[in-house]
Amino acid sequence: MPETLFEKLWKRHVVCEEAGEPTLLYVDLHLVHEVTSAQAFEGLRLGGRRVRRPELTVATMDHNVPTLPGPISDDLARAQLEALRANCEEFGITLHATGSGHEGIVHVIGPELGLTQPGKLIVCGDSHTSTHGAFGALAFGIGTSEVEHVLATQTLLQQKPRTMLLEISGTLPQALTAKDLILGAIGQVGVSGGVGYAVEYAGEAIRSLSMEQRMTVCNMSIEWGARAGMVAPDDTTFAYLEGRPHAPQAAEWKRAVEDWRALASDPGATYDTHVVVDVDDLVPQVTWGTNPGMVVPVTGSVPDPASYESADDRAAAERALAYMGLRPGQRIEGLAIDRVFIGSCTNARIEDLRAAAAVVAGRTVDPRVEALVVPGSASVRRQAEREGLDRVFLDAGFDWRLAGCSMCLGMNPDILRPGERCASTSNRNFEGRQGRGGRTHLVSPQMAAAAALHGRFVDVRTLEHEPVAA
Amino acid sequence: MNPVRVVSGRVAVLDRPDVDTDQIIPKQFLKRIERTGYGPFAFFDWRYDEDGEERPEFELNRPQFDGACVLLAGRNFGCGSSREHAAWALSDYGFGAIVAPSFGDIFRTNAGKNGLLAIVLPPDEVDRLMESVDLDTGSEMTVDLERRVVVGPDGREVPFEFDEDTRHRLLNGLDDIALTLRHEDAIAAYETAHAIA
Repeated sequence: MPETLFEKLWKRHVVCEEAGEPTLLYVDLHLVHEVTSAQAFEGLRLGGRRVRRPELTVATMDHNVPTLPGPISDDLARAQLEALRANCEEFGITLHATGSGHEGIVHVIGPELGLTQPGKLIVCGDSHTSTHGAFGALAFGIGTSEVEHVLATQTLLQQKPRTMLLEISGTLPQALTAKDLILGAIGQVGVSGGVGYAVEYAGEAIRSLSMEQRMTVCNMSIEWGARAGMVAPDDTTFAYLEGRPHAPQAAEWKRAVEDWRALASDPGATYDTHVVVDVDDLVPQVTWGTNPGMVVPVTGSVPDPASYESADDRAAAERALAYMGLRPGQRIEGLAIDRVFIGSCTNARIEDLRAAAAVVAGRTVDPRVEALVVPGSASVRRQAEREGLDRVFLDAGFDWRLAGCSMCLGMNPDILRPGERCASTSNRNFEGRQGRGGRTHLVSPQMAAAAALHGRFVDVRTLEHEPVAA
Repeated sequence: MNPVRVVSGRVAVLDRPDVDTDQIIPKQFLKRIERTGYGPFAFFDWRYDEDGEERPEFELNRPQFDGACVLLAGRNFGCGSSREHAAWALSDYGFGAIVAPSFGDIFRTNAGKNGLLAIVLPPDEVDRLMESVDLDTGSEMTVDLERRVVVGPDGREVPFEFDEDTRHRLLNGLDDIALTLRHEDAIAAYETAHAIA
């Protein structure tokens, strides 16, 4: 019987399957960071348990590390990072600590080190673990109790999710990005459209994306509720992986590629649900509300809550408008912003920084705007500096920071002040996400860069034709 | 984990869709390395204003919902971040059961690992339950995991479906890791078969 990519991945990892019980799946790679692991390690100690496979476990510091050099002034953050260091030492886990040169956002370093590979089952105590699905891996976020379970057993109990094919039809227009693609799709399917599903993204528009762009798409799977998001591996995948530190080498590489090719969904394989989203007419996307499904084209305007059919949606839209300080019908273009954040596991890889720098080059950040670039990893930062991107940003008036999650979730000192409006390349526009009272608008790196230059949202497609704000 | 069979008592209503875990426990409280003590910070930014005063307009600050152990919530409750702190905060706040039309997947799993019952009922059933709560005097509700029924404030019983394995673990307070380690031979066999040294 023809099988989907997901079914093949699932089958490869079954340790035990008994009727009436969840399936026990084997975990090939367990990524760990400071915020969701301390209680799990403590649980191991209390239970007198060890880490079953320390060599399949890799840790980094990302969520609450400061992005300015120097000691950590926040005592709680320091204690949490120290706890991770001590736990990794005690349990024999490789830690890419701050300053090691390999640190960075967990979903950026996994792929760049070649740890993320097709066919693997990858988990992490972080909901954006779906990012790794871009390689044709089965990857999803777990809670701290599950982190402890994986540490102790290298397995995870899972109910088999249903399968969905999200087919992206048409061709992504010039100057449009993977971020616009996924924001536009979430706008159509809704923030809970994927709950209970493992989703495969397919279609020519997905095939023609680079690996980093596919990561942006898969990263936001959780933002519409999907358990996992994935793309079948192909030559783009293999070209990205070849030669990376943890990728298979020499003869092993050939065998691995052969094996990975067989992962793609078989012709005729069926899914529980098949959704088609067309991108031929896609326009750069900007969120207006307090979840990623509240999104409109930059050429559009803030919706009127009265236009929603359900009372729940109306009330939610009204609350969102009140929080965001917006009025129904207000145009997105021209909406003034205070801050710009280019960063996060969604959009802080080298291609993202190149794309933003191309918009910024030779121009100046609007004097009313504070703009921040936070590379996704120490390695991305070094690469960007080799290419001179840091100079482009610094000359324009951006801050150029050290790697970390930073203002995506504001656990470190990089936060919005109450009422500030931010064009952000991150993944969540929830209330208070980037700082209490802060107002987040999710956009692509190019759109964020353009907003920084103009002090307001502009359609990046028209940028060359407009005078740049002095 | 302690066994959970029945949760019964005061009910609170939070009739908002897509309540994300960032709201349930804001990020400034995720730096603690303990599992307990998150209750005072549950819904912190919704409960308190910038000066630390209770916001009277926030649903859970209504005196009629004081001491509630059952929460009636909107669709997609607990979406977003995987932070298990959300389940810890709700438990520590005093909730033993959340009843909603749907939940974020990761939150629902986390709840199950912590003895917090995440019960799914059809949207119209949740609406009816919400309507039957007396907002002036407060109401009582029961979630009976053993019988798999919710007993509404008006005494009406509504059956619910619940994953049988999770139910068994909750009713008996079983430790997941200990249960999985019964399959240690199968895990080792998998590792051998897949050349995981």
